[in-house]
Amino acid sequence: MTKYTEDDLREELKTKEYEYGFYTDIESDTFPIGLNEDVVRAISLKKEEPQWMTDWRLEAFRAWEKMIEPEWANVKYVKPDFQSISYYSAPNTKPKYDSLDEVDPELLETFKKLGISLDEQKALAGVAMDVVIDSVSVATTFKKTLNEKGIIFCSMSEAIKEYPELVRKYIGTVVPQKDNFYAALNSAVFSDGSFCYIPKGVRCPMELSTYFRINQANTGQFERTLVVADEGSYVSYLEGCTAPSRDENQLHAAVVELIAMDDAEIKYSTVQNWYPGNSEGKGGVFNFVTKRGLCEKNAKISWTQVETGSAITWKYPSCILKGDNSVGEFYSIAVTNNFQQADTGTKMIHLGKNTKSTIISKGISAGKSQNSYRGLVQISARAENARNFSQCDSLLMGNDCGAHTFPYIEVKNKSSIIEHEATTSKIGEDQIFYCNQRGIDTEKAIALIVNGFSKEVLNKLPMEFAVEAQKLLEISLEGSVG
Amino acid sequence: MLKINNLHASVEDKAILRGINLEVKAGEVHAIMGPNGSGKSTLASVIAGKDEYEVTEGEILLENENIDELAPEERAHKGIFLSFQYPVEIPGVSVTNFMKTAINATRKANGLPDMPANEMLKMIREKSEMLEIDRKFLSRSLNEGFSGGEKKRNEIFQMAMLEPKLAILDETDSGLDIDALRIVAKGVNKLRSKDNAVIVITHYQRLLDHIVPDFVHVLFEGRIVKSGGKELAHELEEKGYDWIKEEVNA
Repeated sequence: MTKYTEDDLREELKTKEYEYGFYTDIESDTFPIGLNEDVVRAISLKKEEPQWMTDWRLEAFRAWEKMIEPEWANVKYVKPDFQSISYYSAPNTKPKYDSLDEVDPELLETFKKLGISLDEQKALAGVAMDVVIDSVSVATTFKKTLNEKGIIFCSMSEAIKEYPELVRKYIGTVVPQKDNFYAALNSAVFSDGSFCYIPKGVRCPMELSTYFRINQANTGQFERTLVVADEGSYVSYLEGCTAPSRDENQLHAAVVELIAMDDAEIKYSTVQNWYPGNSEGKGGVFNFVTKRGLCEKNAKISWTQVETGSAITWKYPSCILKGDNSVGEFYSIAVTNNFQQADTGTKMIHLGKNTKSTIISKGISAGKSQNSYRGLVQISARAENARNFSQCDSLLMGNDCGAHTFPYIEVKNKSSIIEHEATTSKIGEDQIFYCNQRGIDTEKAIALIVNGFSKEVLNKLPMEFAVEAQKLLEISLEGSVG
Repeated sequence: MLKINNLHASVEDKAILRGINLEVKAGEVHAIMGPNGSGKSTLASVIAGKDEYEVTEGEILLENENIDELAPEERAHKGIFLSFQYPVEIPGVSVTNFMKTAINATRKANGLPDMPANEMLKMIREKSEMLEIDRKFLSRSLNEGFSGGEKKRNEIFQMAMLEPKLAILDETDSGLDIDALRIVAKGVNKLRSKDNAVIVITHYQRLLDHIVPDFVHVLFEGRIVKSGGKELAHELEEKGYDWIKEEVNA
């Protein structure tokens, strides 16, 4: 009889290489390594920014210099040497193409390998793409349709030039420069990112999508995203990423700010598939991200994330429910395998009356990985009738991984109702055998069980993203069982 | 169809099956009875290829092919189906999705393309009607929150969908009330043909009133100690197993 033991599976898992581990050679304009005020000024100058932006960056840099890298997260790693990183890298031509024919063929090849060719994307149900490759936007599509509705969707650099008043008014209002160590660093050196503005009462007719990709060895990527949904507007924003294999750890410290004004709604979905490191725990992306949204009256912000990549993840997409009747949602699937470590969750800050929040977190751990949920539900004194529902489920594969839950609840108003549910389960041999007996092999069986476990979150993703996410879950967990 | 020669199997070095000989021909129904702990469920699991059991001696032939080295899913692809005594729950996976995955995995292994959706739907409709299953049931998570009867009916539904050559029903009657038992038996009888075979594992005669066996075997301490026609089941029902034990020990 064939014996397929856990050890066999673990062996198979170890040999599983990162699918998108390739490297594209596009001539780059890269700064020498190191960080000081001059580098910050040089970045600003390079990007032809106005004085106020330079000053804003410098202010952040000076604050950052005095800050200490946080250590409270349940992750262990060698801290990056911030002086050995280059803080600016851009494809050396700054093209603004009218059509795809003009785009560097090697870049198009990269997209093809990722399975996200612009052609294909264009054809997909109205997805406009603002592709960020190594910090600078090189292609923007569907702009015209968006323009007609008065929707602004462009790179952050472009926004700073074209819409300085809007950027100046909102940048740093949700995540202040000095918010935390990584946010301060990002504020000082952010390379590019996306800016999106939806005017009053406009419903964005398509999903806005940005693909991020880290592509240059030793280049930290510091994305800055700002989405402003004016009164009564609606937008669904998709963010997805993959990165090539690297031996050195790559630092990624992004900031995402969302502002939903009265009666507005923002849906922000992320699929994160950065290089997780190899099976010995070497290499991989450090992902230290600050994501936060502000809800005014009757507004709603939904974060949905599928996190399968990165060696270290430190990420807490949060909602400040400032306006009365505002709603915050967080749906998350976090998968860790091999030596990956994730400390992720959300903060729901209830300030307004009748505010509601929902947290659904699904953690899947395999290999020797550690997967932590960390969440805060805070009800302020004036948040009458606030409600929260949290559900944190963990699924374990094998005996060497860990799942941890750190829920923090702070309540200062007695009228609130808070519910918290948590479960931990293990994929059982019996479940696998049951599937096997029906003709389903072990890999497929795991995919099936994991998809079932994650279904509540997968269902929240836009259709084409859900398919991609499902594939990612399968790739990330192929061969693991407990 | 199935030929078992001198099969010995153990779990964690404890011998459970100690020399089983059994031949099941196409078109036949065999009942395997016996007291608790005699090895009935082990036999079912070993035929299906469950990992934790080690075959220490003997062989299992399916249509003259030794299946000893085959993984459980490969045995399934060759037409072996096991109706579980305790079907497991798979949260978030609907019965329909599970069936679709199972059917297409088997088709793929046999070099066939995926079953077209309309064909699948038609089949689901037919088989669920045959087993008097409410179609709402099929969109529920597999076995999650199912009653004992629902679980067993779901097993037979899967059997109907997968159309196996050899079906092993492991205590399908346990946890069924008399109406559910009748429906399940009716389903099994409808699925019987000259080309397939059924092994019914049970403690009690009552299921065998509905699924009438051609042969009845008594399993005791890992061996088949007595075989006979359907009347043997009645005799066991009347007299219990003690006289068998005495016969064996005599």
